[in-house]
Amino acid sequence: MSDNNDKKKTERRDFLFTATAAAGAVGVGAAIWPVVDQMNPDASVKALASTEVDISSIQPGQSLTVLWRGKPVFIKRRTDQEIQTAREVSLEDLKHPEKDEDRVKKPEWLVMLGVCTHLGCVPLTDKGDYNGWFCPCHGSHYDTSGRIRKGPAPTNMEVPKYEFVNNNTIKIG
Amino acid sequence: MSDHEYTPSSKFGKWFNDRLPLLSLVNHLTDYPTPKNLNYWWTFGGILTFCLITQIVTGLVLAMHYIAHVDHAFSSVEHIMRDVNYGWLLRYVHANGASMFFLAVYIHIFRALFYGSYKAPREIIWIIGIIIYLLMMAAAFMGYVLPWGQMSFWGATVITNLFSAIPLVGESITTWLWGGYSVDNPTLTRFFTLHYLLPFLILGLVVLHIWALHVPGNNNPVGIDIKKPSKDTVPFHPYIVIKDAFALLMFLIVFAMFVFYSPNILGHADNYIEANPLVTPAHIVPEWYLLPFYAILRSVPDKLMGVIAMLSAILILAALPWLDTSKIRSAVFRPLYKQFYWILVADVLILGYVGAMPAEGLYLLIARIGTIYYFAHFLIILPVLGLKEKTLPLPLSITEPVLGGSPNLAAARDKTEKIS
Repeated sequence: MSDNNDKKKTERRDFLFTATAAAGAVGVGAAIWPVVDQMNPDASVKALASTEVDISSIQPGQSLTVLWRGKPVFIKRRTDQEIQTAREVSLEDLKHPEKDEDRVKKPEWLVMLGVCTHLGCVPLTDKGDYNGWFCPCHGSHYDTSGRIRKGPAPTNMEVPKYEFVNNNTIKIG
Repeated sequence: MSDHEYTPSSKFGKWFNDRLPLLSLVNHLTDYPTPKNLNYWWTFGGILTFCLITQIVTGLVLAMHYIAHVDHAFSSVEHIMRDVNYGWLLRYVHANGASMFFLAVYIHIFRALFYGSYKAPREIIWIIGIIIYLLMMAAAFMGYVLPWGQMSFWGATVITNLFSAIPLVGESITTWLWGGYSVDNPTLTRFFTLHYLLPFLILGLVVLHIWALHVPGNNNPVGIDIKKPSKDTVPFHPYIVIKDAFALLMFLIVFAMFVFYSPNILGHADNYIEANPLVTPAHIVPEWYLLPFYAILRSVPDKLMGVIAMLSAILILAALPWLDTSKIRSAVFRPLYKQFYWILVADVLILGYVGAMPAEGLYLLIARIGTIYYFAHFLIILPVLGLKEKTLPLPLSITEPVLGGSPNLAAARDKTEKIS
């Protein structure tokens, strides 16, 4: 009988220990979270969410680079030939298959983050084996649609959220 | 800690030591028995301690003038160089000091590789050393970001983007590291804070490193156990102190040559251009001491695998005591290991060279072969070699080869055969 009593007592203690440890863990976690979360983007960083760009002066074949959220955005007015090259590519040849039609709102205008998806360098315009972009850091080649064709980058250059406010203005973000 | 009881001679000393045994600690450190056959490759521990203290002292005073803000960081560094009294000297000592620190740590690591200092019973010393090395790389990387030049900015961008290779949470982790959507002011201020913190963590680990060393005592060029205290050892002070001091002086000559005659030769000219998030320099290279790992990163054509390969190249060192299956420590008695050791040294140097070159054509091919060999050395050659290699007979004691005896003496051979 005394064995049974001991067992009962131990279980009660066990429950107290577990409950205390669990409450303690939640408390410590709650105390640590602010210390960790303070490193995430703050309100002032988040507030710089959108930017408007005047694109009226860009001629076919030219491109403009603007800064959005600290990152460069390429706005390229593509020539008919560049559009054609981009659209003739078979999806099977692509590492990250995306149709050119899905990457642009108007075929003439290609808007994308000018950030190499490998390690974040800014690729050079009108360079590389596919006459699109070439990243000098680790040798990624992008085509005229900003799609990765060769090199270590895993995905195509990202297309940000944007809209044409009117024919001459783009709002990014 | 000490092998024998110590009693201070003065009454006050005894009173103090009974309450805080600081004098016992000093006595342990000065009397610490050291193998008498240590060569100059063993002086780099002292040199590294000097490097750490130099970095802390110069860093402390630089922090009095530096401003961690994207609008002021670059100009505050120029202010240090032009206006602050001896600012140029302090900054050049700090910047070149980092390179000297890595030069010394590489010699220290390769010394341990040659003489098998990582083997039982010194595994913990070795692993603490690897952690120190990792923290050194983190501290050096973040320090390089602070002047906010082009290489600072783009180096920071490339390295922090390594975390984006992690599946699912990678993007969130990079955003968290940046405190924004790119490397920017929040990144700079936190890097400054961490750059200030890390050297003190390293200092704490150095204490543990030395503490762990003082348990079994130093390894030595012959790599056999010593009996202490015995004729095999000399007290640390004055014998090792004076030898370390002499080696430190020689090292300081090299240090001073860099600081006074070519203070920028190890840096990159692009870092004298202020950071510009719109333009990536044509050719991004890390500081020289990270180049071999950079070459490994670039040799793998897949982003995630490249990052894994680079990190593994460093972390594999922590497993070294168990990958090397040979019971013989010193390469002196391992004729085959000695050759593979020098091939590894050459391999790392070649990786460092191609890491500085563009990742294309022949350079890329060499980097790939070098990477494969690097991993093969640790994962295939060392485990197999330890089982297959025919080692040379060990001397009976470290005194024997010093006093004209040779490890090949018949007596020694008989004795070691009996032992094994």
